[in-house]
Amino acid sequence: MSRRAHIVGVGESQYARWGKITDVPEHTLAVQAILRAVADAGLDMDDVDGLASFAEDRNEAVFLAAELGLPALRYASMVWLPGGGGGCAAVGNAAMAVETGQAEVVVVYRGLCQGQFFRFGTGGMDASAPVDPVTPTVNQAQTPMLASMGFSMPYGMLMAAAAYALPTRRHMHLYGTRPEALGQIAVTFREHASRNPRAVMGHKPMTLDDYLASPMIADPHRLFDCCLESDGACAVVVTTEERARDLKAGRVEILGSEQGTPKGYAFGPFTNANVADELYATGGCEEMAGRLWGKTGLGPADVDVAQIYDHFTGCVLMQIEDYGFCKRGEGGPFIESGALAWKTGSLPTNTHGGSLSEAYIHGLNHVVEGVRALRGESSSPVDGAEVCLVTSGACVPSSAVLLGRR
Amino acid sequence: MSERFFPDSMPSPMADMITLPWWQHAAEHRLMVQRCGDCGETRLPPSPLCAECRSDAAEWQEVSGRGEVYTFTTVHRPIAAGQPLPTLIAVISLEGSGGRRILSNLVGVEPERVEIGMPVELVWEDMSADLAIPRFRPVEG
Repeated sequence: MSRRAHIVGVGESQYARWGKITDVPEHTLAVQAILRAVADAGLDMDDVDGLASFAEDRNEAVFLAAELGLPALRYASMVWLPGGGGGCAAVGNAAMAVETGQAEVVVVYRGLCQGQFFRFGTGGMDASAPVDPVTPTVNQAQTPMLASMGFSMPYGMLMAAAAYALPTRRHMHLYGTRPEALGQIAVTFREHASRNPRAVMGHKPMTLDDYLASPMIADPHRLFDCCLESDGACAVVVTTEERARDLKAGRVEILGSEQGTPKGYAFGPFTNANVADELYATGGCEEMAGRLWGKTGLGPADVDVAQIYDHFTGCVLMQIEDYGFCKRGEGGPFIESGALAWKTGSLPTNTHGGSLSEAYIHGLNHVVEGVRALRGESSSPVDGAEVCLVTSGACVPSSAVLLGRR
Repeated sequence: MSERFFPDSMPSPMADMITLPWWQHAAEHRLMVQRCGDCGETRLPPSPLCAECRSDAAEWQEVSGRGEVYTFTTVHRPIAAGQPLPTLIAVISLEGSGGRRILSNLVGVEPERVEIGMPVELVWEDMSADLAIPRFRPVEG
């Protein structure tokens, strides 16, 4: 019997705008999501023996295991990436754990309440509180990440909207990419959200004119180029094919997973002005995409539906090129042709509305939607879909999974 | 003290053993890059090892502070108290640095005038007696 890794359950807490969930702590939302995902799989909590997360999740596995009453925690892991690039890598870690026999049932989770802690968009700063300059001293930066931020934060570069504007601006310069292409991404995902009852922005339609009229945050990023800041949690359950066969819920195979940080990339353009020239105006995922296609024997033409990490519209556009759905530099015309739209486009993308319009659960909600898309449970269903690409944060060290249903 | 462009509240850099000399040179208004003591590769920002030949030998060399805009963004939301808006953040390709770049601000220029490829030069801003930040302005004429 095969130990091939499958996703057998998905679940989430309520999703809300940042600051709207005040009566339930973030870790309890994570617990709710895990309970629902395990129930969706038709498993018992006593079956779970592994937990995996990413992006400095505050909700440490050992405490969740105690709260959930797990008989034993045989496997726990956290992806070593500070940004949202690690969501699919956490799924990949869970897959490795079950395929090697380290665990039988691993739940991948992410809890994120920006209202209960801090809004990513502020960079953790309080712009109303004056502070004095601090003289640099040795051992002030306690991690390489903080030392690297020494070369970005004095310039006010603590806001993701500004960081990812830099590669997007260069893409526009090199290839003539138009603001309308970025706007088409935002408008398309909002339209998909209109059918999704979980989507925080599901009841707020958006036109291209609305997009173009939205205030500039960090040129070329307008407000509607930026993802939501949300409160919520979600989870997916990974187990072996052998185990999955006995379960009531539809199973989705993890055809392949990859993590990728190109040479010299570090944290990418956010703190690294020296990302290689050939990588700068990309999502940094092209090498990794090649490995994913190589190991699965599939290619971009085999993908029926995609869930592409959408922290910012430009990063979606550059990933579309990285994964080979069009040639480098042609992402603008490809997207403006309507390729990402559900029903009519060649690559229906973010059928839940994405982080731009469903919720920002650091992209693990894209894995949840990938499973629903292949089970035929999406609110924007793609008929007969058999292969779904799910990606994690790009323009930072990234990861991806290819999901399949046969 | 130098001309001021930004308020005291702008975030101060954090250093470690590897990057502290860079900031100490900056306090003396010297823009210094590390060169590999073996293969000559430029190491900017400073690093413990040459990523090309893995040598740990390094020497510091001052560069001109001239360069050109590689990419930029015009920021309309503050992260620090009293931050002037819009704030121009740019990546600058530094002359004499083996193609290496530095993140910084553009000062003394209207956002509408900024374009990729624009020649710029270094201007130091003293945030305190011990902290100077390199920023850039267009080369005039």
